[in-house]
Parts: sequence; structure tokens; C-alpha cells
Amino acid sequence: MPDLHLVSLTAVGAVLGLDAVSFPQAMLSRPIVASTIGGAMVGDPVAGLLAGAALELVALETLPVGASRYPEWGSASIVGGALLGSYGETAPGGLSVTLFAAIATAWIGGWTMVQMRGLNGLMARRFRVAINAGSSTAVVGLQFAGLLADLLRGGLLTLTALLVFEPLMHATLGVWGASPRYSRAVSIGVAASVASGAVWKLFRGTAGARWYLLCGLALGLVVMTFL
Amino acid sequence: MTAQRRTTPTAPQASHAAPHSPPTLPVIIRVQIAIRLFMIQSAWNYELLLGNGVGFCIEPALRRLPGGKGGVAYREALARESQYFNAHPYLAAVAVGALARAELDGAQPARIERFRTALCGPLGSVGDRLVWAGWLPFCSLLALAAYGLGAGPVAVLLLFLGLYNAGHVGLRAWGLSVGWRNGMRVASALAVPVLREGPAHLARAAALVAGIALPLALGRAIGPGRAVLGGVVLIVALMGTLAARLPAWLQGWRLALGVLAIWIAYSLATYTVVR
Repeated sequence: MPDLHLVSLTAVGAVLGLDAVSFPQAMLSRPIVASTIGGAMVGDPVAGLLAGAALELVALETLPVGASRYPEWGSASIVGGALLGSYGETAPGGLSVTLFAAIATAWIGGWTMVQMRGLNGLMARRFRVAINAGSSTAVVGLQFAGLLADLLRGGLLTLTALLVFEPLMHATLGVWGASPRYSRAVSIGVAASVASGAVWKLFRGTAGARWYLLCGLALGLVVMTFL
Repeated sequence: MTAQRRTTPTAPQASHAAPHSPPTLPVIIRVQIAIRLFMIQSAWNYELLLGNGVGFCIEPALRRLPGGKGGVAYREALARESQYFNAHPYLAAVAVGALARAELDGAQPARIERFRTALCGPLGSVGDRLVWAGWLPFCSLLALAAYGLGAGPVAVLLLFLGLYNAGHVGLRAWGLSVGWRNGMRVASALAVPVLREGPAHLARAAALVAGIALPLALGRAIGPGRAVLGGVVLIVALMGTLAARLPAWLQGWRLALGVLAIWIAYSLATYTVVR
């Protein structure tokens, strides 16, 4: 991957990592958006969209609820989109390795978010006296320090993931032995399985929702056969 | 000094048009608060949660307290508003508006603190159900359905971001406005049908879209694997049923990571054997 791509992807990864929680939570960090952007940045938005759709299926399961711990999809999806975009969506095994790399990055990203929240807590304790005295410098400073820390976290995560997974993907695809057709089917099948389990868990508690789901499923399967 | 402020019925710089109409807040301050609301979670931590963020968002309004920025009233209010607080980040706008109004109206500190505590629960649970478990999956599934129907990258992104953020920004703007307008009487304003019944309606709509989106997205994404699509649909149905019964700690994404790792290892082993 050229250095220029590495720098620009790191910068965008930082911004999208920031979007997940700190600013502005406009869901630019959702896989379907971030991965498409990653693909577009290396010249293949369609491959980015494919990786994004697959990751979005997986991400349906994790809701960013308050203090819960969940994977951080923003920076991870930029990495996923850029990896698949670099090799093209038809590269045998490309989608499998991309999904593996992106989900692993999202997992590590979730861990870094927990660490960053710990750091924010540490800073809050340090500024405790000033905050309790109503110091605007402390309140505003703590907020911007958190923003900056999250930006750096997202950037570092993106850069590290690209530096680790790009050569790994190159090496793996060079010796890929499984059928390209089955590789793609396994990757998408795994993502769709996670999504269908998530959808069931999400809506089963709502009265009547399971009937809406079944009606939609019937309609979707009919349309799918004609496409 | 505090007592002196509390004897003043209205904050001097927040002019009241009528007893029950809200005092005016200059547009520039509203804009400052609105922008800061997008950053309300930047210092989120396990001790104060959103607390510092609430103080940060209210701060521009507090400058209008007697004594101005740095005055005793300002410092007391800022300290009070920067303590522990928990809510959904979008609906926290309601709390920010209501608390800013309460502070500028000169409400008793003890009442403000009780009110602040009471707001946490409802604003958290309603927001989680309405946005995280309703609006977000709905928009996400609609984007996946568009993808499955053959939409290109730009169309999918515009659909998802446009629709999601219309709701997102609208909710924040409504929250700030309704909070400021109602102040400490905001509880009655939270009984609007959108907040009470919206999550259930959204869940049903999202369930319908999910049913349509999953096979369509699967059909397009599988690409050259389409020859085995029927088998994959059956496997997905079976695996999805199992995934729905997974214990909470064994989340689907962990399982997906494991299956992909095994598949990659299998592929590398196949290459070695064939060679």
C-alpha cells in the first residue's frame, strides 16, 4: 500500500474512530459507510461497499449502549474497505481475510476504547477539585482532552491494523487454496448468520414483530429469486 | 452569595416575556450549546459518565448568570452540572435544555440536583430503545436492503446517512428546545407518543425491513457463490437460530471471527496439501 494511502487512511480512520462515541455520532463510523469510504480511498468503492455490507451484518448485533463494551467499527471498517479495495472484490479469499482483519481490529478497537475511558476517568480524578470548584478551564479542558485522546486512538489503531494486516493479507492470498466461490459463500454466510441471530434477539420482545419479520422474509426471498 | 442570587426571582439577563413563556436565550448561545451537544460524550468515563459533558454543554448558558463567567453563581452551577450523569447522548439534549433553564430561572440547588438525578433513568432507557434498538437498526437494514436491490456506493451512503441523521439531528434539536421551553416541568413533555410508542412501532418496521434486507443483501454479496445460494440460505437460517440462543458473553462477532480463522487455516492447509 503506498505511503500516501497509509497517511490518508490513518487520518480518516482517526476521524471515524472519533465518530463512534466522541464526536459527532453521525454514524459515519458504521461499517457500511466507513468501509465504502475506505474502498473509495484506494480506488474501489464497490469492493468497499461489499466489505461494508458484510461487516454491517455482523455489526447489527452490537448496539452502542452506554457503558457496555462493544467492538469499535469505525476505524476497523476503514481498514476492511481499504484492504478489499486494494485487492479487488473478486480476489480469491479476499473477503474472508478482509472480514477477519476488520473484526479483529474492531475487537482490539473496543478494548482501546475501554482503556481510553479509563484514561478519561484518571484525568477526571486529577481535575476533581477544579471541577468541584466550577472551573470552566477544567470542565472544557477535560472534554477536549478526551476528544484528542480518542482521535489519536483511532488514528493509531488504523495505522497499526493496516501495517499488520496488509502484508498478512498479501501473504495469505498468495497461498489461498480454497475455492473462491465457497470462500465468498462462507464469509457472507457467517456474517448473515450473525445478523439473523441479532435481528431475532432485537425484535422478539416487541408484540407482533416476529410476524412482520416473517412477512418481510417471504417478500425478500421472492424478490431475491427474481434478481 | 448564593442566597442573594436565589432571592432574585429571575436571572437578570434572561428576560421573561410572560410568566409562563420561556425566557429568551440568545441565538449564539443556543448554537454554542447545540454544537457542544455533539461532543457531549468526549470525556465519557466510568465515574462521571456523561456528567462532565453536561456541564460542558450548559456552560455557555451559565455565563448569563449574575456575576457572569467566573462569578460565584456561575462556578456553583457549573460544579453542580458537571457531576455524575447518565442518559442517552441524543436525549441528553432534553436534560441540557431543562437544566440550563432551571439554573437561569434561579431554582434552588437542592431541587436542581434532585431533578437532575430523576432525569437520568428515563432519558437513558427511552433513548436506548428509540435510537440504538430502533432507529439505528432500521436505517442500517434499509441501507442493506438498498444494497441488496443493487444500489451503488453513493446511493447507499446517502440513504443511510441522510435518513439516520435527519432523525439524529432532529431529536437533539427537539430535545434542547423542549428542555429549555419546559425547564423543570419537562417530564410532561416527555410523554409524547413518539417517545412512548415510537420504539415499538420502529421495532416492527425494522423487523419487516430486516426480513426483506437479509436475503437481498445475502444474494448480492455472495457474488460468484450464487450457485450455492440455496444451501447458504438454509445454513444461515439454521445458524441464525443457534446464534439467537448464544449466551450473552459468546457474542456472534466472536463466533464469526473464530469461523473465519478456521476457514483461512483450512484454505492455507488445502494449498499446502495440493502443492
